[in-house]
Amino acid sequence: MPRILISDPTLRDGNHAVRHQLNADQIARYAAAADAAGVGVVEVGHGNGLGASSMQVGESLLPDADMLTAAREQLVHAKLGVHIIPGFATTKRDLAPALELGVDVVRVASHCTEADITQRHIGYTRDQGKEVYGVLMMSHMAPKEVLTEEALKMESYGAEGIVIMDSAGTYLPSDVRERITMLVGALGIPIGFHAHNNLGMAVANSVVAAESGASLLDGTARGFGAGAGNTQVEVLVAVLERMGFPTGVDLYGILDAADLAERELLPVIPYISSVSVVSGLAGVFSGFAKHVERISKEYDVDQRDVFFELGRRGVVAGQEDLIIEVAVQLAQARRDKSCAPN
Amino acid sequence: MEKLRIAILGSGNIGTDLLIKTLRSPHMECTLFVGRNLGSPGMLRASSLGVRCSDLSIEAILREPECCDLVFDATSAKDHVYHWSLLKGLGKTVIDMTPARVGTMIVPAINLDGCHEHQNVNMVTCGGQASIPLAHLIGKVHSEISYIEVISSIASRSAGPATRINLDEYIETTERGISTFSGCQKVKAILNLNPAVPCIDMQTTVFAKVSEPQIDRLRPLVDDMVRRIQKYVPGYELIVPPVVENERIVVMVRVRGLGDYLPSYAGNLDIINCAAIATAEEYATGREADGTTRTGDRYATHPDQ
Repeated sequence: MPRILISDPTLRDGNHAVRHQLNADQIARYAAAADAAGVGVVEVGHGNGLGASSMQVGESLLPDADMLTAAREQLVHAKLGVHIIPGFATTKRDLAPALELGVDVVRVASHCTEADITQRHIGYTRDQGKEVYGVLMMSHMAPKEVLTEEALKMESYGAEGIVIMDSAGTYLPSDVRERITMLVGALGIPIGFHAHNNLGMAVANSVVAAESGASLLDGTARGFGAGAGNTQVEVLVAVLERMGFPTGVDLYGILDAADLAERELLPVIPYISSVSVVSGLAGVFSGFAKHVERISKEYDVDQRDVFFELGRRGVVAGQEDLIIEVAVQLAQARRDKSCAPN
Repeated sequence: MEKLRIAILGSGNIGTDLLIKTLRSPHMECTLFVGRNLGSPGMLRASSLGVRCSDLSIEAILREPECCDLVFDATSAKDHVYHWSLLKGLGKTVIDMTPARVGTMIVPAINLDGCHEHQNVNMVTCGGQASIPLAHLIGKVHSEISYIEVISSIASRSAGPATRINLDEYIETTERGISTFSGCQKVKAILNLNPAVPCIDMQTTVFAKVSEPQIDRLRPLVDDMVRRIQKYVPGYELIVPPVVENERIVVMVRVRGLGDYLPSYAGNLDIINCAAIATAEEYATGREADGTTRTGDRYATHPDQ
């Protein structure tokens, strides 16, 4: 069986679940545990990656540099990874300093149809001699042919692997199979998959990805991540082991890391709330959950209506400001309705 | 009345849309439309409109420097630096559409009058043109803004290759513009490309942190500013007037385009181009007023760097 690289974004995607408030001690302790367990990459940072701390998507407790340093000091075997979205972060302000601090792996991400905005950041990372992956977010929004074309662009820019994200947790196993199969056939570099669990499919979808030829899978401790959470990494490792896929991750080690995360990092263990189901069905970015919850309360509108309306508008990650507009509109519509003569 | 003769460098979305707008202006005529490939969609459009075209890039202007008074540079930030090094010596007025930040930034609703002193003016960015007037007012009403953030979302189809390759410069230039016009030192700009079909209209949000938000004073100024912008960007619209949400001021605008080259969703194209046309018209009418000639040493007393 082919080897699967386990990439662990607990300290990045998990930050979505705590409004980007992970502190240095939490980062250091989990990074050490994940490193000891033998995961390939420990990804760290604001939920939306380098340079993303903002009012739009949430301000992080710590600057990027502090988060990276806290993790860097603990990693012996695992590589230190970052997520970066051009449009939020720039090479000069964010990427170059991160590489200085000892980042090993850069995952340059764009919305699934916008790969060409990653060209310079991928090129820069390669030029600096670091490992670089291309990441296609919200990959359910593009047909598999388009996804493949975009992945090929990233490969041509120098990406050493491509990860597709089910950022809204909307995929069914068949969706994953057809996309991963096509990508594996068309590209000469490793393909990876990053799941969200809105419809309870994260582990199953990750397994299908591996069966379809993906050689990199993302998973987080207890599924710590945006919305309903990610693929639960300790479960994934156990399932892959049972299926005979070598991961190099020690089962007891990752179980210990997950227990530590539950104790030290997670105020609430991710679960599939009613709203998460709607968010998954609507195909809306999981990172929107906390914002929708807060804003819906402020404007006294039904979160589910907000999610379906956002889905109808085809919003993408980074458009969190539209939540306010949608909430204002729904509140207005309700007022108009209640004022209307019978 | 003698029209200002302009050349457009760059035959992408911005250049081609600018061309269509110049054809409508009573104050200018496009004497040369320059790109690199006569078969590109923009070039074909220009030919069909009967405009003289060249595929020689900047060389076309060097060979025939007397062809124009003013050059719109709609190429890329990197190319602009080179183009300016050549156009400067020829005495051309240059309106830089790229985020190269060589010249003084002009936002017509705020500092259009200032353009005459400069041979090279920069149109900041689409997001900058949409957000800077609002940020400027927030700065005017409040003694101090501790942080300001602007987010623009644009339709993928409205962002051509140069826009995409220049994202870092877009962010840096927008931030510089916001900072310059609002007085706030801590600034962040974000740009989202949204591929949704049907295409989304351009939308821009300004968030600002101030100690005591004065919405009542801000609101009428914003309404007035929106009207002022609408004079040159008809599709500029306030969709969420200034409110305090989660301890920050939020203002949101939508920009619909005139649908000249790209359909109306491409408000981003429209707002920067309408700003550039307003600026060029200011040069054109100013020139009529002061009687300066077209081959000019008119910048001799105010040399740009």
